[in-house]
Amino acid sequence: MPDDSLKDLADYISEKMEKHVIGYVFEKDELVVQVKPDDIAAVLQFLRDDRECEYTTLIDLCGVDYPERPERFDVVYCLLSMRQNSRVRIKIAVEEDQIVPTVTGVFSVAGWLERETWDMYGILFAGNPDLRRILTDYGFEGHPQRKDFPLTGYVELRYDEEQKRVVYEPVTLTQDYRSFDYLSPWEGMTDMQNAGDGKGSVPFGWKGIIDDAKDTEGQDNASEG
Amino acid sequence: MPLKDRIDTPDVVIGEETQIKPFTMNFGPQHPAAHGVLRLVLEMEGEIVERADPHIGLLHRGTEKLIEYKTYMQALPYFDRLDYVCPMNQEHVFAMAIEKLLGITVPRRGQYIRVLFCELGRVLSHILNITTFALDVGAITPALWGFEEREKGMEFYERICGARLHANYFRPGGVAQDMPAGLAEDMMDWCDNFPKFLTDLESLLTENRIFKQRTVDIGVVSPEDAQDWGFTGAMLRGSGIAWDLRKSQPYEVYDELDFDIPIGKTGDCYARYLVRMEEMYQSIHIMKQCLEKMPDGYVRSNDYKVTPPPRAEMKSSMEALIHHFKLYTEGFHVPAGETYTAVEAPKGEFGVYLVSDGTNKPYRCRIRAPGFPHLQALDFMSRGHQLADTVSIIGSLDIVFGEIDR
Repeated sequence: MPDDSLKDLADYISEKMEKHVIGYVFEKDELVVQVKPDDIAAVLQFLRDDRECEYTTLIDLCGVDYPERPERFDVVYCLLSMRQNSRVRIKIAVEEDQIVPTVTGVFSVAGWLERETWDMYGILFAGNPDLRRILTDYGFEGHPQRKDFPLTGYVELRYDEEQKRVVYEPVTLTQDYRSFDYLSPWEGMTDMQNAGDGKGSVPFGWKGIIDDAKDTEGQDNASEG
Repeated sequence: MPLKDRIDTPDVVIGEETQIKPFTMNFGPQHPAAHGVLRLVLEMEGEIVERADPHIGLLHRGTEKLIEYKTYMQALPYFDRLDYVCPMNQEHVFAMAIEKLLGITVPRRGQYIRVLFCELGRVLSHILNITTFALDVGAITPALWGFEEREKGMEFYERICGARLHANYFRPGGVAQDMPAGLAEDMMDWCDNFPKFLTDLESLLTENRIFKQRTVDIGVVSPEDAQDWGFTGAMLRGSGIAWDLRKSQPYEVYDELDFDIPIGKTGDCYARYLVRMEEMYQSIHIMKQCLEKMPDGYVRSNDYKVTPPPRAEMKSSMEALIHHFKLYTEGFHVPAGETYTAVEAPKGEFGVYLVSDGTNKPYRCRIRAPGFPHLQALDFMSRGHQLADTVSIIGSLDIVFGEIDR
């Protein structure tokens, strides 16, 4: 269970930043606050300057890709307060072409971290003074950490003896990339039954009978209450 | 001809519209003082650095992407290859993040072995940093002496896991295997003798006139700047902030051990050197305590859904054989959830932000490398310094490109 001071802090933040905060949860005793994307700089400034919080260090800033969501990306800000000895994570959910305001004005360290997030996920940060690619090669195209970017990439490079320089070429795989499906059929098939294998939680053909039994059970409980 | 007349000759008159451009210099990527593959574009005004623009990513291997395609156990060895100077400290944080999501605990003996080898890693990392730092500013002897001692430490790595560098020794739930017979005694001997080497090393550097001229008052970072730029570890403590995760958010058995956290006063390269030097003495102190206090017992969790069963048991138990087979093909499933877990690695706070979706592979594994923010700060630290001082500052940053480029 998260300790009480962290709960109090969560209430304090959501009360003070009522207009900006969407909600908060505890993940494994760690405080995660969801805020509105456009207000991120204001929230971080508050967390840095408020005497109760004093989150003076931005430890990390990264993106997470959820392609099936309408707001495709999460941008996660990990903050650390050395005075209060506590951590908090701030999350914003953004759409693919949504522009996020920069937090370089609040934490200088955000400069490179935003550059990396732009490089890896293609999330644009408005107001970052130097939003170039950082980890990929000069002239690289695409954003490699997106889930729809293949692990092998699209291009490979080699040294060309005739041109005396390194050239890029489309990836050619001498054998197919082996993607093993390690997921166990016995765990994946709890809803799907093979007749007579006896592995599922519900025997084949019994589903209707069990549901009926559950309904009557529920009615019994209701009549007692 | 008098001097005045010579200057006034028409050919050398600088017109009003003539602009003097700062000289742009390319430093690296192959340069002995670049500590790997750093390409630094420096804008110079004469000998003074106006702006430093580090170009990184030359060692980018897409570790975070690769981890998303591997099971948790297969992903672990990638952490050895991040900061290859102290591999086990990296493995530690990933193992701890998985343990947190799984909710399993490590037996006491496993925790002591982990702390023991984390501190050994810290010593190995600091030896490498201090000696190469000294090499950059012109002292070659520390490097020659230091690598001999470092090799002895690597031998302990080899004896416990078979590899000098890429250990793959810390596993979720504990460590891969118990210490072989005689290792504890040999490590104790080494711990007894190592401070003698440190004293010798200090006699070469601490009061050395040239070393001090090159490092004192170079790259001064104020405590406010250090927090603003996301500094952690020795970089932060060199600026006078008493912050160490081993003390403030203790993990494993650090809260049972007695050690001090050295703090620098001046925030310059020399202070960071002194902090690292003292940290090595403290690490040896911790290692000795670990060796003395280490209890008997299991070194990894008995939860065979996560850790492999012992070989002997597999010969007789069908259940154990199935567990072993499942672990090394499918791996284990981690319940959906997320965590940010951090440890005090030699270079600073090394963290992992792990998102699990309930399958046997991480959904997202963000690696927070301490060197990344430190290198970013090179620009403001070297501004107004001479080119040679930039080399000192890079040396004191303690950067390793394996972790910065990932």
